[in-house]
Amino acid sequence: MTFALFVEQIINGLQLGIILFLVAAGLTLIFGIMDLVNLAHGTLYMFGAFFAATMVSITGSIVWGMILAIPLMLLAGVLLEVTILRTLYTRNHLDQVLATFGLILFFNELFLIAWGPEGTGIALPPWLSGSTKLGMGIELPDYRIVILVSGLIVAAMLYFLVAKTKIGMLIRAGASNREMVGALGVNIKLLYTAVFGIGAVMAGFAGMIITPITQAEAGMGEGFLILAFVVIVIGGIGSIRGAFYAAIITGLIDTLGRSFIDVVLLLVVESVTAETAGPAISSMLIYILMAIVLALKPNGLFPPRGA
Amino acid sequence: MFKKLMLAGSAVAMMVAGTAHASDTVKVGIVLTLTTPAAIIGKQMKAGFEVAYDHLGGQIAGKKLELIFEDDTFKPNIGKQKTEKLVKRDKVDFLTGYIWSHVLGASAPVGFKAGKIVISSNAGHSIFAGKKCNKNFFNAAWENMQTPMAMGQLLNKKNVKSIYVLAPNYAAGKQMITGVEKTFKGKIVGKELTPMSHKDWSAELSKIKAAKPDGVFVFYPGAWGPAFFTQYKQAGLSGKIPLYNVFSIDGANLPRFQKAKMDHLVGMINTGHWSPDLDNAANKRFVADFRKKYRNEYPAHYAAQAYDSLMMIAAAVEQSGGDPKNVDAVRSAMEQAKFASVRGPFKFGKNHFPIQNFYSREVVKDKDGTWMLNKRETVLKNHAPAMSSECKL
Repeated sequence: MTFALFVEQIINGLQLGIILFLVAAGLTLIFGIMDLVNLAHGTLYMFGAFFAATMVSITGSIVWGMILAIPLMLLAGVLLEVTILRTLYTRNHLDQVLATFGLILFFNELFLIAWGPEGTGIALPPWLSGSTKLGMGIELPDYRIVILVSGLIVAAMLYFLVAKTKIGMLIRAGASNREMVGALGVNIKLLYTAVFGIGAVMAGFAGMIITPITQAEAGMGEGFLILAFVVIVIGGIGSIRGAFYAAIITGLIDTLGRSFIDVVLLLVVESVTAETAGPAISSMLIYILMAIVLALKPNGLFPPRGA
Repeated sequence: MFKKLMLAGSAVAMMVAGTAHASDTVKVGIVLTLTTPAAIIGKQMKAGFEVAYDHLGGQIAGKKLELIFEDDTFKPNIGKQKTEKLVKRDKVDFLTGYIWSHVLGASAPVGFKAGKIVISSNAGHSIFAGKKCNKNFFNAAWENMQTPMAMGQLLNKKNVKSIYVLAPNYAAGKQMITGVEKTFKGKIVGKELTPMSHKDWSAELSKIKAAKPDGVFVFYPGAWGPAFFTQYKQAGLSGKIPLYNVFSIDGANLPRFQKAKMDHLVGMINTGHWSPDLDNAANKRFVADFRKKYRNEYPAHYAAQAYDSLMMIAAAVEQSGGDPKNVDAVRSAMEQAKFASVRGPFKFGKNHFPIQNFYSREVVKDKDGTWMLNKRETVLKNHAPAMSSECKL
């Protein structure tokens, strides 16, 4: 194991963490503020991937394609909230789980019919498909750097929105005490629609920027949704700050686990055991972390204030 | 409520009655993955079966041939359920299809218990070639370790000294790695069994870069391949470390690679028991008719095996007197494997796995510029699965 490899893996972990944050931020807001268990949040991630891929193939430009896909995501999120999810707020969690699970099945099948099982993808233009040497033997794919930087920018924008604006104040208030915000005469319907729209755009953005790496396919959001739920449980439901730290921690643990667990295991057991146990243990690590957090701090590491 | 139940009951009774007297048909139940991204493979195979159906004129030994397709959704438990449905409700005479080793592992025993002949059209779970071989199990493809063994042999010939190996963490993935380990004489400097849901190889690619092997060996079939090959290039590894694969580049995903302009894949080498340019009459007819039927794309080995599976069934039923219910006679005829296989001469071993050649194949452009695989050299001749001697048939 070299220093360069270690640094690269840290950066890989940060990149996974950023993507996780983009999905988890919306999930935690929607759960924390609207008390809605939205299993279909991974579907929004898939929306982003397919919208962007389609827009990129129409415009022929990866930048324009992704920029145009953002208002589409907002539109899709708002439409979904107004037509379907709005009716679920007053229902219990089981109803919400059933309804949003139904949405997953519906949209996965719809996308399979529309795009076929092979899905679609975004080809990177030459100026993005190389890699950059950062010195000391560290070399990173250019596009991974783009993901990291653009993810951080979106995270900063969300921070500004939530911490410095009036709507952000309402969102924070909603996360701390939903009933009180409604009682004070805030237009709660509009607030909910706005929050859902923001969540949809962020999840969609995550789906967009990951597509040039993993390709877009129906059902791509579900595996990721599980990770996002782990993140919001660790971070504290309703807390954006918590989602951020938890996403970074989860990303790092997952990546470093995958990278180095076999090396660590080799110190204590023989190679055959390490080879078989390594993949199993590394995929368990984040769930172990979640179990520990739940045992010690049931409200998560950074619960929203006043909750 | 009671009335409703009665109605439902009589409806079920009618359905059962409707299927019971169908002895003038040959029913073939086919389990494939027809949804989820893995359906890239399933759809190829379905088209392969349909080409065989057309070539048979929809008949076997004067009886009507009926194909019943089921979707395993890429899950062993669903595959097993669908197999049970085919056996119990549809009362099929043969079970075939089966893309994935773990789905086959869960489903085949259902067929054995019902006394049906099960023909795997793709999954080559090692266990059925050795200790758990079964008189009613036939494999129309290969045993998992054979293709990577051919690759290991090829790497020795190319004087590759060290490789890094990667595969998804399931039955076939592990067996593919064991296969290459069996024949490769150099050093294996790293081994990754990645989770089935894995689509981001950032951590693994960084490790490969640090390990500096002479080559990288992967088994990433279906939807894994495009994502892995894209990231391999993005990480700056293509052109630096040669990439060797089994079952990751074929007619099913080459059109997609070509559409995505992944030019670094042209010239890439893999190994296999079949190639669309194999020079025999059955293969030429199959490839031409497949392309007419299926978006003008080249068939992958998946479709070729599907075609062989149905042709094998047809020949066995015809040569055994035309009664698909006479399982003993059909089995004996099938062991002779007297049919025109798209891979040329075809022979079963004692364990009902093919004894066949393995070739190296290269991605080339055909005369229209379409990417396809072309046969290069014969790496293993008349090769039988390594565990054949463990089979007590």
